[in-house]
Amino acid sequence: MTRAAVLLLTALATAPAWVWNPYHLHTLIMAGIFAVLALSLNLLLGYAGQLSLGHAAFFGIGAYATALLTLRLGWSPWLGLLAAIALPGLAGYAVGRIALKLRGAYFVLLTISFAGVVSLVSVNWMDLTNGPLGLPGIPPLEIAVPGLPPLPLRTKGAYYYVVLVVAAVSYLVCRRLIQSRIGRALVALRENETLAESVGIDGTFYLVLAAVISAAMAGAAGGLYAHYTRFVSPEVFLFTYTVTMVIMVVAGGKGTLAGPIVGAIIFTVLPEVLRAVTSWQWQMLLYGIVLVATLLFMPRGIVPALRDRFRLT
Amino acid sequence: MEALLQHLLNGLLLGGTYALLGIGLTLVFGLMNVVNFAHGEFYTLGAYATFAALAAASVHFFLAIPLAIVIGALAGAACDRVLLRPLRGESIDTTMLVMIGLWIAMQNAELLVWGGVAKSVPTPFSTQPVVLGPLSVSPLRIFVFGVSALLILGAHLVLSRTKLGRAMRATFQDRETAALMGVSIDRIHMVTFAFGAGLAAAAGALLGPVFLVYPSMGDLAALKAFSVVILGGLGNFVGAALGGLVLGVAEELGAGYISSGYRDAVGFVMIVAMLVFRPSGLFARAERVG
Repeated sequence: MTRAAVLLLTALATAPAWVWNPYHLHTLIMAGIFAVLALSLNLLLGYAGQLSLGHAAFFGIGAYATALLTLRLGWSPWLGLLAAIALPGLAGYAVGRIALKLRGAYFVLLTISFAGVVSLVSVNWMDLTNGPLGLPGIPPLEIAVPGLPPLPLRTKGAYYYVVLVVAAVSYLVCRRLIQSRIGRALVALRENETLAESVGIDGTFYLVLAAVISAAMAGAAGGLYAHYTRFVSPEVFLFTYTVTMVIMVVAGGKGTLAGPIVGAIIFTVLPEVLRAVTSWQWQMLLYGIVLVATLLFMPRGIVPALRDRFRLT
Repeated sequence: MEALLQHLLNGLLLGGTYALLGIGLTLVFGLMNVVNFAHGEFYTLGAYATFAALAAASVHFFLAIPLAIVIGALAGAACDRVLLRPLRGESIDTTMLVMIGLWIAMQNAELLVWGGVAKSVPTPFSTQPVVLGPLSVSPLRIFVFGVSALLILGAHLVLSRTKLGRAMRATFQDRETAALMGVSIDRIHMVTFAFGAGLAAAAGALLGPVFLVYPSMGDLAALKAFSVVILGGLGNFVGAALGGLVLGVAEELGAGYISSGYRDAVGFVMIVAMLVFRPSGLFARAERVG
């Protein structure tokens, strides 16, 4: 491990101690949640080469799953969080089985449609989801030690560590996956599907697997988000979330492990910095321009461009 | 029975504009192989151009619509020149992402310029509905349908009968041979994209007065356009025209008999069902552009 990496890890591990402003800490927590989302989208877009524009649906399903299970059935938040991984994973399987018969624009449209239907259901199925009013009062995560009363995590510092752990686990899962047979199969399919299948790679199997893992990770981020903000509404399905993820992955560097994380940090911190000087509309306008400019001038993204510049491996 | 007839009529009238929206998109996809996610923004641009011409410059309503079409087409030409020409030969995924970027940028630029409050566009038509036996319909809707039908017919004639249309079809069938025959490839790309954008702006100019004009109006419009294109088969001109009518009717029936909250779900469900069961479109044997 290089000295830079040690420094970075130390900085991350001690952040709540020196980030005094709660708002800055909040920004870091959101950066972590978005890092998980960007990593999950990168599995599909970067490695499997399939652009999902419905990823906010998995995020939202995760958020609603744990919100409903903890509020309506009194489940423990940790079990809810597990459900927030499992249910989106199942949804990812179903969508993957159907959508991955298609490629390119057709795949994109099917994922958009899926997200659109899920979002409309969340608005219209009042009995289940409370419609546009959303679900307030989601219980916080809590640490339960046998023999002691459960200790709810209410501080931002505590959530920071939970999010950090989940982001780290997501990163490790992605890295392990990419370096395994599965990752090589996905890249082979991305580069030349016919050739890959001709040497015995089962395209459908690996792509659906990638979709399931990706959806489950996005769901985990959704579950964390629900317990952190303690409120979910149909806004979690907003297309803006999907667009933000796409920009993070593409600008950061799709098909690299560090790219989505770098993208997530830049595009959560940058708007907060800009917020002081400009309005929200300018930020979204800038997002669009950054996406276009990246594709025109730095088509592989920030991380690969920096790597080339400094000849890192 | 009367309710059913009314739903069918409303659906057909609505479908005419969906067809107009879909045709612009299917042309750009079928001919240029560009998935234009910014299509809805040209629609919004058309609506705002009409609004601005009426409100700020007090141009007559009937003049404002052609003006909006021209503005939309010019914006499309500029977009091709600046964004798409440097990317020609890149993969379809790259241009698709660029169009997504353009979509976000245009929508938020509109939000900055016009604010988020919905605007209504005044028209010279009476709000008194025309009553035909058991049915009633507003004169504006009839006008909108008529103009849409004329524009669709005009677009079809340009593509099939004119030298420009032939050059367009030739370019996208075989770019090199077309270039050898003296077709200016860059110009044809630009004209095609401008054509598609102009049609979207026309739909916006026509539907703006029917509904309201607001910055995110293009999102749903783009989605309807994609549904129409998929119903008709990607790149299929006649298919898109018929697909627009099918979608319009299906939505009206869905809103009337199932639940109005799920009106917009009809398009999504159709996309999924079509892509799963009949990806080449409802009218796969019909004539194809390109």
